Amino acid sequence: MRFVLRRMGFFLLTLWVALTLNFVLPRLMPGNPALAIIGKFRGGISPQAVKVLEAQFGVGTHQNLVAQYFGYLGNVATLKFGTSLTTQPGASVGRIVFDAIPWTLGLVGITTILAFVLGTGIGIVSAWWRGGRLDSLMPPVFVIMTVIPYFWIGLMLILIFGVKLRLLPYFFSYNYALTPGFNAAFIGNVAEHAILPAFTLLITTIGVWILTMRNTMITTLAEDYVRMARAKGLPARRIMFDYAARNAILPNLTGFAMSLGFVIGGAILIEEVFNYQGVGYLLLQAVNNEDYPLMQALFLLITVAVLVAILLSDLATAIFDPRTRGAG
Amino acid sequence: MATLRTPPEASKPGTGPGSGAAPGLPAGAAGPAAAGLPLAGGGSIAGARSIRRMARAITANRKATVGTALLVLFIFVALFPGLIARDNPQAEIYPRSQTPSAQHWLGTTSFGQDMFSQVIWGTRPVLLIAFGVGLLATVIAMLIGVAAAYLGGAWDGTLNVITDVLLVIPLFPLLIIIGSYLHGAGTSVMIAVIAATGWSYTARQLRAQALSLRNRDFLSAAKVRGERPLYIICVEIIPTMTSLLVAAFLTNALYAVLFSSSLQFIGLGDPNVTSWGTMLYWAQNNEAFQTGLPLWIIVPGLCIVALGAAFALLNYAFDEIGNPALRPARSIRRVRAQRAR
Repeated sequence: MRFVLRRMGFFLLTLWVALTLNFVLPRLMPGNPALAIIGKFRGGISPQAVKVLEAQFGVGTHQNLVAQYFGYLGNVATLKFGTSLTTQPGASVGRIVFDAIPWTLGLVGITTILAFVLGTGIGIVSAWWRGGRLDSLMPPVFVIMTVIPYFWIGLMLILIFGVKLRLLPYFFSYNYALTPGFNAAFIGNVAEHAILPAFTLLITTIGVWILTMRNTMITTLAEDYVRMARAKGLPARRIMFDYAARNAILPNLTGFAMSLGFVIGGAILIEEVFNYQGVGYLLLQAVNNEDYPLMQALFLLITVAVLVAILLSDLATAIFDPRTRGAG
Repeated sequence: MATLRTPPEASKPGTGPGSGAAPGLPAGAAGPAAAGLPLAGGGSIAGARSIRRMARAITANRKATVGTALLVLFIFVALFPGLIARDNPQAEIYPRSQTPSAQHWLGTTSFGQDMFSQVIWGTRPVLLIAFGVGLLATVIAMLIGVAAAYLGGAWDGTLNVITDVLLVIPLFPLLIIIGSYLHGAGTSVMIAVIAATGWSYTARQLRAQALSLRNRDFLSAAKVRGERPLYIICVEIIPTMTSLLVAAFLTNALYAVLFSSSLQFIGLGDPNVTSWGTMLYWAQNNEAFQTGLPLWIIVPGLCIVALGAAFALLNYAFDEIGNPALRPARSIRRVRAQRAR
């Protein structure tokens, strides 16, 4: 119980730090950036929006910092994120973000699950035939993958499969000519547009799953109960999955729980490279357009997703592995 | 990097943040790496000997040889770009969008700049950021990690919470937000921002190492002698962590290369500084693929990969030199055979 309370406390503390960063950062920078924006759009946005902005960035209000801070916390607590300035002028930030989330969840979410399943499988096989052809291929490949910028892999795939071979589309999430709807043509088109970004994500994230699974599995294979199972003459498949893999999968499972938190904000550059209209693409659009209310809301969303996932994976570990409870 | 290592060391079930640092521990106490590094060399004779010993260690390990060669090459290019490429990388003086030729080895950009000289001159800011962040982040991590472990109590609690909070806040989105308020971060601002946000991972590792030292006899002896805490931290504790500090430096430098290039790619760097990341930014903005200039994207990307690989290879190599258990079985056998001869 103490462990759970500590993790909850840490969660709240980190959440508060993220909120405060959002509040403090624009006020720390030389020349309040929102001031320029408000000046630029004074005529273009409603007085109400200006008021929200002023509250958000501390311009033109006569409140002191403390009052501003609590006003800001109150706005966030009631999910008032204001209106977009430039990306979709006048539209509520909540609405815009809400429209982007399904695209990211679909693309990154499905790919994350796929990478986990495939990576864990390859890890099991790789450890079982340790020193085999597959296994000796892994370390050098992994070294290379840790030093390549993800977005550049996406660009290379675009060059090969999109520009040179003209096999796959690489712009936006569906063909503009189609009207979105629940029909086979549209869904097929969306799937086709998802292939390249999904493949980029897959090859950049699968390595961690393979490596963790392989390493834990090798330790488990050296355990006495595995030797016992071999001595009993159990079939190899049974030992591999029911004895070794089943006991070795815990680190990968907690890692998976944590990686679900990174679904929302984990593919910013890949979405940007493929012009895929998810949360990450939206964030960079907000940055390019200096749309600060939208940017702040997205940063908060990405951070909260990560924090919730970490909290849940901590709790899951505590439930499944009693040894960790004392360590908190 | 410790958690990414291939051998079974990094594979304890329920790998907590603390146990991730464990494999590096024995390396700090002994081994040729610790003895061969500059910090440990005292006088000039001992210095020369340790340099010779380090040179032997580098030539004996293939990863170290390749990593060092790559890094030396990049440092040379960054120091003397004018010797290799005479053109001003920013000057828009040539015919636009040329394919590679004898005059322009990589062709020209769609602004009419010589692409080869952009790649050459672009090396310097990237290396500055890599070394700047590597040093700065490692120093911050060292001060905070060691202070937390040595001072203990409320200090440890506070510093630990700060480290943990920074560790879980998604770093890249945070850098994007900061970058957008800064409007075009130059080289020094980039170093400051990445170092200020990126030290937490290595601080954790260094704290774990310092904690394991806390009850050693030589520290008790120093305390009994009446030395001040600052002296004990700087003279007694930090020299024992040399190989861990080198690993921290290399890890931080690698991440600095990747993060800064990514930030420059999305236009958050100073677009007037020529570096590999800004080359990618201009190339993407001018649709380099569609206009027949794929080299504008391929070459800077390959340079980033090569520099990153240099840091990563050196990191693995120092692990292997400092911790013989990690060496591949084959090379251990070879070394034994050599000794027997």
